[in-house]
Amino acid sequence: MLKVSDLECMRGERSLFKDINFSLEAGELMQVNGPNGSGKTSLLRMLCGLAIPVHGEIRWCGNAIRSLDEEYHNAITYLGHLNGTKDNLTAIENLRISSALAGNEIDESEGYMALRHMGLGGCEILPVKVLSQGQRRRVALARLLVCRTVLWILDEPLVALDSAAVKLVQSLLVQHLDQGGMVVMATHQDINVAAVITKRLQLA
Amino acid sequence: MFLWVIQRDLLLAMRQRADVLTTLFFFIIVVSLFPLGVGPEMNMLRIMAPGVVWVAALLSSMLSLERMFFSDYLDGTLEQMLLSPQPLSLLVLGKALAHWLVTGLPLVLIAPVLGIQFNLPMDSLLVLTASLLLGTPVLSLIGAIGAALTLGLRGGGVLVSLLVLPLYIPVLIFGTGAVEASSVGLGASTHLSLLGALLLASLVLTPWAAAAALRISME
Repeated sequence: MLKVSDLECMRGERSLFKDINFSLEAGELMQVNGPNGSGKTSLLRMLCGLAIPVHGEIRWCGNAIRSLDEEYHNAITYLGHLNGTKDNLTAIENLRISSALAGNEIDESEGYMALRHMGLGGCEILPVKVLSQGQRRRVALARLLVCRTVLWILDEPLVALDSAAVKLVQSLLVQHLDQGGMVVMATHQDINVAAVITKRLQLA
Repeated sequence: MFLWVIQRDLLLAMRQRADVLTTLFFFIIVVSLFPLGVGPEMNMLRIMAPGVVWVAALLSSMLSLERMFFSDYLDGTLEQMLLSPQPLSLLVLGKALAHWLVTGLPLVLIAPVLGIQFNLPMDSLLVLTASLLLGTPVLSLIGAIGAALTLGLRGGGVLVSLLVLPLYIPVLIFGTGAVEASSVGLGASTHLSLLGALLLASLVLTPWAAAAALRISME
């Protein structure tokens, strides 16, 4: 489904990585490892189509993602370093608006359910600026609960989360992969997702 | 989808009312400084009025341009918009319209009141308001390109003025021209139609250009 060939990334004059090849099928998890500055985020941004590789190609179902564009955006959910939440909006507004912008309008009750599932019961109508770092991350992660996309591209999803939330994310990933979804994830922590095919990509 | 963007930006503006009010008060103060500085010479004020009001409108629209995409850029929501399955140009159009509703429309509504300070006759006030109504959306739309191009640059605020102010010149000429033409009895319809044409052209072209600029800035 997702196929990456000969990918190369340059930062200025320096080559961050090159000759990256992998493919990802339904139900597979790809874990991207590597020290700080090895290009994990750059790789994930390329996979989303936010950055253009200097060399190589990324194909989704056989077509280059550049040519698919909006159709490809329908199939992915990206969660980057930044949570993508507005400080002045409440948790529920953030969730509903970001879902709507991702082409998936949800009603209020669905939003409340997702937030409660993420352990944010009672914080739904608080502006995100008064929440803690971990709670903000949970608001961002709640999007994964309501989205209907196939490929999840997650950049350090576990940062700032407590152990209960890490378990929650793990179960979310297992469920998604069981349903035939795909996940590409950059992380430093070793995440324990049993009974699914885990591929590893080591960036130098 | 398009409505979601507008609704979101209006909601955010409601929560940060200071941002909206700064633009409006800037406009009021700049326009009011001229009668104080020039003195109570009625004829001179009447001749100056359209130019003063229009230049103040250009400057106050500049004042808020930088914010159009910058806060979304900082918190990552812009990234999410770029990954939306909707065409990016549609989202940009939504943001530019929300920007106009928040910063442009209040100027249009307050302008007739400020015009009285300049001893403008009734029909000139009407033409001035009409020209602002047609012209200020163009400012937001053209400004979106500048804001998108300078996103994330240091000193982007100054750069955006240098990029965008020259592009505002046609709007300024036809906007002030409309009031002058009506005050000498020529009728403002020619100038207003040209402003309308500018508005239609920028509705079609600028969202597309700003979307392309955003893609480049976000890379």
